Amino acid sequence: MEEIKPDKTINIKGLVCPYTFVKSKLAIEDMEVGEVLEIILDYPEASRSIPKSMEDHGHKVLKVEKINDTDWIIVIRKERE
Amino acid sequence: MELNDEQILRYSRHIILPEVGGKGQKKLLAARVILVGAGGLGCPVGYYLAAAGVGTIGLIDNDTIELSNLQRQIAHNTERVGMYKADSAKKTFEALNPDVHVIAIKERISKDNIFDIIKDYDIVVDGSDNFPTRYLVNDACVLSGKPLVSGAILRFEGQVTTILPKEGHCYRCLFEEPPPPGLVPSCQEAGVLGALPGIIGGLQAMEVLKLILGRGEPLKNRLLIYDALKASFRKVRIPKNPACPVCGENPTITELHDYEAEYCQIRL
Repeated sequence: MEEIKPDKTINIKGLVCPYTFVKSKLAIEDMEVGEVLEIILDYPEASRSIPKSMEDHGHKVLKVEKINDTDWIIVIRKERE
Repeated sequence: MELNDEQILRYSRHIILPEVGGKGQKKLLAARVILVGAGGLGCPVGYYLAAAGVGTIGLIDNDTIELSNLQRQIAHNTERVGMYKADSAKKTFEALNPDVHVIAIKERISKDNIFDIIKDYDIVVDGSDNFPTRYLVNDACVLSGKPLVSGAILRFEGQVTTILPKEGHCYRCLFEEPPPPGLVPSCQEAGVLGALPGIIGGLQAMEVLKLILGRGEPLKNRLLIYDALKASFRKVRIPKNPACPVCGENPTITELHDYEAEYCQIRL
């Protein structure tokens, strides 16, 4: 599969819910429809809740990947304003 | 304007809502709302607007706090008896949220100052306790095209309506003239149960937030009536009246007059 190049990356390591989602949502609000946001986080619960919340808000989850012992990468494509 | 870290925390429950988000929060912070009256209704309306981060709140009230106000006017407190309500509410709201700038106007609103006062605001909230003021505020908002969220309470009943000049009804479409003095008793005469202004003021605050955010359906052409004893809400349709003296097709009220005098004449 072709590697997706994010238009914006945010590192929210150290943040817990709900601020993980709040920060992610603020980031995606400032992007254009079709652009891709990459989120780096270390709060386990958020690795499940962010993709779900982003889908609820109508965006597309392209990737959820645990990259090491503590961190995840989530990649979201903005689908609507 | 970007939200700072403290604002992101403070407003996180707003930001999470798809209908609000960071963009909606910025609209709230940029909004300017004036409250007519810092009493039973003005207290909860202002309290919730301040909490929500409505950036500029004007308060016009020339009254001072009395002990008998404190059973319902929740922005004031016992230590502040004798203080101007506008000053007390400013203190309370700014302590709740330092993002909010409260402008306290210790004057009685009248035909001579109302246009000058409301021109700086996006939305007017009427929480006044008397008919001359209610009609003055209605006419001034219709004539200057300002959205008005009007609330009223008595005993166990309250009502709320949102007046969007040109788009919908106004207060005079519903009640063309004030009732004769004495027909409708005041809170002072008839009483009001403590939590009632909280409910009606909360509804008014919600109408204001919806208008600022451009979300939902305002109470346009509708009057929402709450009966506390029955715990029931009812929504009554109020069509725009083509013969309304202020917002109708051939208005007879084209400028403000002396509302106190008009009201007192009815008594004679």
